[in-house]
Amino acid sequence: MTNIFAFNIPFVSIFLMMITAIITPLVPDRNRLPEKLSCYAIGIVGVLSAYLLYALTNSGQSIAFNFAMGHYPAPWGNELRAGPLEAVLALVFSVSMLLSLLGNFSSTQEDIAPARRNIFCVLVNLLTAALLALTYTNDLFTAYVFIEINTIAACSIVAVKEGAETVRAALRYLVMSLVGSGLVMIAICLLYDLTGHLLMQNMHSAIQVLVVTKNYMMPLTVSLGLITVGLAIKSALYPFASWLPDAHGSSTNASSAILSGLVLKGHILTIIKIFCRVFGLEVIHALRMDTVIFILGVLSMIMGSVHALREKNVKRMIAWSSVAQVGYIFMAMGLNTTAGVAAACLHIIVHACVKPMLFTSAGGLSNAAGHKKGLHALMGTFYVNKWAGLGLIAGACSMMGVPAFAGFASKLSIMLASFDSQFVVWVIAALALSSVLNALYYVPAVIVIMTHNEDARRNFTASAPTKLYNFTMFMFLMLNFYLGLFCMPLLRLITRGVNVL
Amino acid sequence: MNEELKAVWASFFNWVMGNGPRPENEVIPAEPPPALPFTQKPKDKYSRFHEATLKERYSQWLEIHGLHLFSVLYSGVSVLLCIVLVSLLLATVAELPPFGHERNPANNEVIERYVKHGGRETGAQNIVAGLILDYRAFDTFGESSVLFTAAVSVLMILGASRRNSLKDDSKPHTHDPESGILQRGPPLMHHDDAILRGVASLSIPVILMMGCVVVINGHLSPGGGFSGGAILSTALILAANAYGFGKVHAFFSERTFIVSSSTALMIYALSKGYSFFTGANHLHSIIPKGTIGNILSAGLILPLDICVGLIVAGTLYGFYALFSEGDM
Repeated sequence: MTNIFAFNIPFVSIFLMMITAIITPLVPDRNRLPEKLSCYAIGIVGVLSAYLLYALTNSGQSIAFNFAMGHYPAPWGNELRAGPLEAVLALVFSVSMLLSLLGNFSSTQEDIAPARRNIFCVLVNLLTAALLALTYTNDLFTAYVFIEINTIAACSIVAVKEGAETVRAALRYLVMSLVGSGLVMIAICLLYDLTGHLLMQNMHSAIQVLVVTKNYMMPLTVSLGLITVGLAIKSALYPFASWLPDAHGSSTNASSAILSGLVLKGHILTIIKIFCRVFGLEVIHALRMDTVIFILGVLSMIMGSVHALREKNVKRMIAWSSVAQVGYIFMAMGLNTTAGVAAACLHIIVHACVKPMLFTSAGGLSNAAGHKKGLHALMGTFYVNKWAGLGLIAGACSMMGVPAFAGFASKLSIMLASFDSQFVVWVIAALALSSVLNALYYVPAVIVIMTHNEDARRNFTASAPTKLYNFTMFMFLMLNFYLGLFCMPLLRLITRGVNVL
Repeated sequence: MNEELKAVWASFFNWVMGNGPRPENEVIPAEPPPALPFTQKPKDKYSRFHEATLKERYSQWLEIHGLHLFSVLYSGVSVLLCIVLVSLLLATVAELPPFGHERNPANNEVIERYVKHGGRETGAQNIVAGLILDYRAFDTFGESSVLFTAAVSVLMILGASRRNSLKDDSKPHTHDPESGILQRGPPLMHHDDAILRGVASLSIPVILMMGCVVVINGHLSPGGGFSGGAILSTALILAANAYGFGKVHAFFSERTFIVSSSTALMIYALSKGYSFFTGANHLHSIIPKGTIGNILSAGLILPLDICVGLIVAGTLYGFYALFSEGDM
């Protein structure tokens, strides 16, 4: 690694977010200063990540590097690791986090009591720091610590909006998440006992030895199962997703956008790292975990959409759609090839950009309808808040996989990845069925918001959307079209990143 | 399809749909059957011959037995799941490498360096302190941040709502004897317990001293920030119970807690950030290691222990105060 500035970026971004989180409680709560501070910090992290990506792709020979946290080399001290995949994800996470905050700047003010806004910013900063740490970490225990921060902060930003519904949703989320944490913790202890390491590549070589000598296969299988199930609970794979619609549907719009777009992705990314870097794809195949997550992924795609069909509340509908989209990611991982993992990463990126846009636009539309969230109440709101309406339409097209929208790119890459695999028929059938199901609930939503409704329009009392809101929706739309039209360079970059993972 | 089969099918269809037998081919009963408790009134002209449809019967049955069935099923499935998980984990533990065996995978070069060179490299006599606050200090920074996250979350959910409700109604909070509902107000505690006060006045200084000793000697002897902080918080909790939360509030309020936690975590982040930065970039660090065994040794471990101790003490006391009082 030649560039000393780029070399320090992973460490600097994590610490910048942590330090911002730590000083935010001391910042005077005037003029929405804490929120502005968070936005600036996240913006700086975004710029730094973009530079890191630029430096990594132009550096020539070695495109991934390790960063020792302290004076001791890796198996003894902690270590960060950055490659193209990590840099892309850090960039996407920070951009999406920033846009989620900016787009919901005014709804945050309405939903969250002034006394709580300061702490909301602390939690958002901690979430960003945890996501960055999960992206960059090379150590399984560090990953666990930041999974904990992610979990607690995520549960709290559900409860930040006052009300019985959010507290109930947050408690449910907390209980489910802690079950997941417990399983992950047990699995990490078992793995440490079997390998004697917590650093990912050292665990990998120890596990290779265990598999070749056929020692301790049963504890190895159990630990893989526990860690997968634990993280699947946190990333809302179908049979474990019952907490998601409440948590994402009832919280304030900024929280919903962050939770659906980013928090789930941190946990999924950890699973990808564990599969690729700790166990290795051959071992995953030998232990049959690829088939399990493939089946769960397909189930999640179908059942998430079926549940979304039954919802009348627009935010809960979008929340169930997240379960379906998480299913796509797991299905792509279940293909158990480099191309499959790369497609899963591309879908992580696509979903991290599209879902915050959907939640932000749904928030804007229900604001236009006088804070009603029922789908029928949104009739004609497109003509009140055009940018929000455009966002919902673009998001819906993206989720259905209409060409030129972001979702098309990732679905295409999943399908292309499946051609090398034994599951090709299943993948195509599942994608087709799931796209039809997505259309079944997104198209009616689009029709509803575009139906002229003069009576309701006269009754709409909400204030006009701010310039900031329109700008954010514009950025989201641009991001969406960029991903949909020019995804191939990005996919090549991700494949490079997955190859060195 | 022959006629008999058609008739059987028609009667089955009628039974499912709840269409009663038609009057043309059936004897009219003297009086309509007694209405079932939950049936809706049918609207068509054959209403008195209406039988409940299968769906209605199902929903009726569900309304009467559903909750019971659900609770039985739920507890049954949970018990089953727990048994499966417990037996799976027990079977796994039985397969693990034997505890404490010298040829276990965990006894490798990592442990060897910690044990053999830990003292020399970190300057700490207590290898555990050297391990968590020097070798793997980033993890411990994360752990402290977990506590910080949990504390601010609880503070937000319990503290802010309490303040809002105080603003909403300025009435004094008292027990409502008539309704028997405990209103927000002073909890049921023995504020004038002379024995508790006497013992507390004797033991609190000792506990505080003990906590400080455990924190400050973290790099020399067993203990450290986490355990010392827990001891310190027990002194605070004891003081709150003996003298009331108001007395503790005078020197440890919500603001003090936030300022002390943030400052402690900030010192941790900045000092350790410097150490990480110099370490990763192979720069010379100005932090001296000192002589092993001295109180001022082991580089950053002593200040970091104090920071962690402050955070832990504040968080534990804060949880206690917020959950019992709703305020700090």
